[in-house]
Amino acid sequence: MRRFFSATWAIFWKDIRAEFRTKDIFTGMFIFSLLSLLVFNFAFDLRVSNVRQVLPGVIWVSIAFSSMLGLNRSFVLEMDRGSLEGILLAPVDRSALYFGKMLGNLVFMVAVEVVLLPVMVVLFNVNVLTPSVLVFVFLGTVGFAVVGTVFAAMAVNTRAREVLLPVLLLPVMVPVLIAAVKGTANVLDGGTLLEQGDWLRVLLAFDVIFLAVAFMMFDYVVEE
Amino acid sequence: MIQVQGLVKRFGYTVVLRGVSLHIPEGQTVVLLGPNGAGKTTFLRILATLLKPSAGRVRVGGFDLAKESHRVRHLLGYVSHQPLLYPDLSARENLRFFARLYGLFHPENRIDELLERVGLLRRADDLVRTFSRGMVQRLTIARALLHDPPILLLDEPDTGLDPHAAAMLAALLRDVAGSGRTILLTTHNLARGVDFADRVIVLAGGKIVADESASHLTSSSLSELYTSAVAGGRA
Amino acid sequence: MSRLRSVFKGVAVVAAVLMVVNLYMGLIRAPDPSNLQTEVTRKAQHIFYYHMGMNVMAGLGMSVNFLASLLYLVMRRRWLDVVARSAAEIGAIFGIGVLASGSLWARPTWNTWWTWDPRLTTAAITVLLYIAYLMLRNAVEDPNRRARFAAVYGVFAFISVPITFLSIRLWRTIHPTVFGGGNAGAKGSFALGPTIHQAFVFSMITFVFVFLAFLLLRVRVAMLEDHVATLREQVLIRMSKGAEV
Repeated sequence: MRRFFSATWAIFWKDIRAEFRTKDIFTGMFIFSLLSLLVFNFAFDLRVSNVRQVLPGVIWVSIAFSSMLGLNRSFVLEMDRGSLEGILLAPVDRSALYFGKMLGNLVFMVAVEVVLLPVMVVLFNVNVLTPSVLVFVFLGTVGFAVVGTVFAAMAVNTRAREVLLPVLLLPVMVPVLIAAVKGTANVLDGGTLLEQGDWLRVLLAFDVIFLAVAFMMFDYVVEE
Repeated sequence: MIQVQGLVKRFGYTVVLRGVSLHIPEGQTVVLLGPNGAGKTTFLRILATLLKPSAGRVRVGGFDLAKESHRVRHLLGYVSHQPLLYPDLSARENLRFFARLYGLFHPENRIDELLERVGLLRRADDLVRTFSRGMVQRLTIARALLHDPPILLLDEPDTGLDPHAAAMLAALLRDVAGSGRTILLTTHNLARGVDFADRVIVLAGGKIVADESASHLTSSSLSELYTSAVAGGRA
Repeated sequence: MSRLRSVFKGVAVVAAVLMVVNLYMGLIRAPDPSNLQTEVTRKAQHIFYYHMGMNVMAGLGMSVNFLASLLYLVMRRRWLDVVARSAAEIGAIFGIGVLASGSLWARPTWNTWWTWDPRLTTAAITVLLYIAYLMLRNAVEDPNRRARFAAVYGVFAFISVPITFLSIRLWRTIHPTVFGGGNAGAKGSFALGPTIHQAFVFSMITFVFVFLAFLLLRVRVAMLEDHVATLREQVLIRMSKGAEV
């Protein structure tokens, strides 16, 4: 047991430390999110009256697509150097690899959101930094990390690589997108967190169920 | 130490290993030779638990590879021509990471000792991406030795090394071999085969075509043996 | 292989016969439902028997894929992978059929080809899931890895469908519910008289057989492909060995 957590932690920290040195993943994701905000601005003409209606969608589309960049990158780095094999050689439970990677991905995504949300407050003059919104942002991000880590591990191993991940991930993430957008919209409109029980339940159910499924299935993805 | 029976490996419709059987006792140094595509790398990767056999049985250190791969991994050190290291971490950080994975909880002394042994102690805190190929290979060997495994598998470790680095590597390997480890090494360098090994095995077309003790072989007789074995293996 | 062939032939004959009868029952024997307003909507309702039938096939496709995927991961038998892939293909194609036939029905009844109502949206997403599954298969070269990855994705995909449906259902629906209850305000619900009921049940049974027939056929073809590839490999080896001499 101790070995399992130790391995998870080691893998997690290794990703964080390596990322600190290069900041590839974080910068890529962050710039991409900013650019998508810009594109949305032109696409929806996000001036004052429209903003609140469109903003939840904008937040979640940005998160969805920038997270795919990050998910891909974290596995591409492993594949290119064959370093994933270094981990597979060791007497480490494959699920520890999953958890370590998943937590790393989660941290990258949250880090991007931590910078992105304040930027949105400034650009659109809407306070998205309320605890209620943050709860939805966090739960939704967890969903992306949980499922995305498994699919990225597969996509990276294929001919199509980065192109395949959105195709695989988005249909499965629909419940998260719906619940997160609806929930965010409702709390931005003045609803309280407790009133969003339904949406919270969907997100929690998704996160928990797929964490369990991912835990069981990841072995099959990395073994040869 | 290593027992292989009827090992078959298929990739899709291509059969790479066609029924390999051999037994390597403890402490023996074996050099595996063979043309490209013969299945040497595949064979080593199966032993290293990175690939699963399509058929056949493999026992390493008394443990069945299929059922107890976890235990087998403790016994193995694997060096391939791919570094298996993280370029954005330092040498020391890399070793620390792998030490954690192998369950070594206070590895600092061991890490220092290994870095010293492979001659990288001075560069311990430099990022691996600044290392030359020879240095990367040396660090890879250090990584393989972290948990002091009784079995060492090396897949063409001298690929891409200049003569100086290759010589350093050879010296290092001789040093390591001396400590009673079981070693299985693949290489294209026949001279090394003669120099280094107790036993020479030639793999061609997915089968073992020659298996000789190295003590009476010279460089030229090995060359002849190799050529005829490979030609025979293709028939 | 020959046993598979005989079973397939048997099922195919049954399915064909049933389908002919089904066409009669659905298009000719079943009356236009009395409670619908216009001539067009009454005629269009007949699509229903085939729409629901294809729905059954798509659903079976998904379920068979899920089971075969799970079993493959545990047992690693090749035929399970073949069945999983065949079921997904049938499910995807007939899923598209469901959407298309639904649209044809919807135009006269709801005056629109498409709406973003929960059931349609879930159906569309499900079709996309299975297309993604097939794209994943296409992108992996090594057969063993392909089977493993596809099986993992198949499990995720299947489990996501009920969650997707539930999350979408938290919105209102205008899709008619056939079996009593549900949303009384749904437009286009039709009364289920006895003849209609018969035609409907018969249609479901027919389509189950059609599904089996297609599945068996597809599995047979896939296995023959495998066989050919193995033979080709053997020939190539023999040829290359001959050339060495």
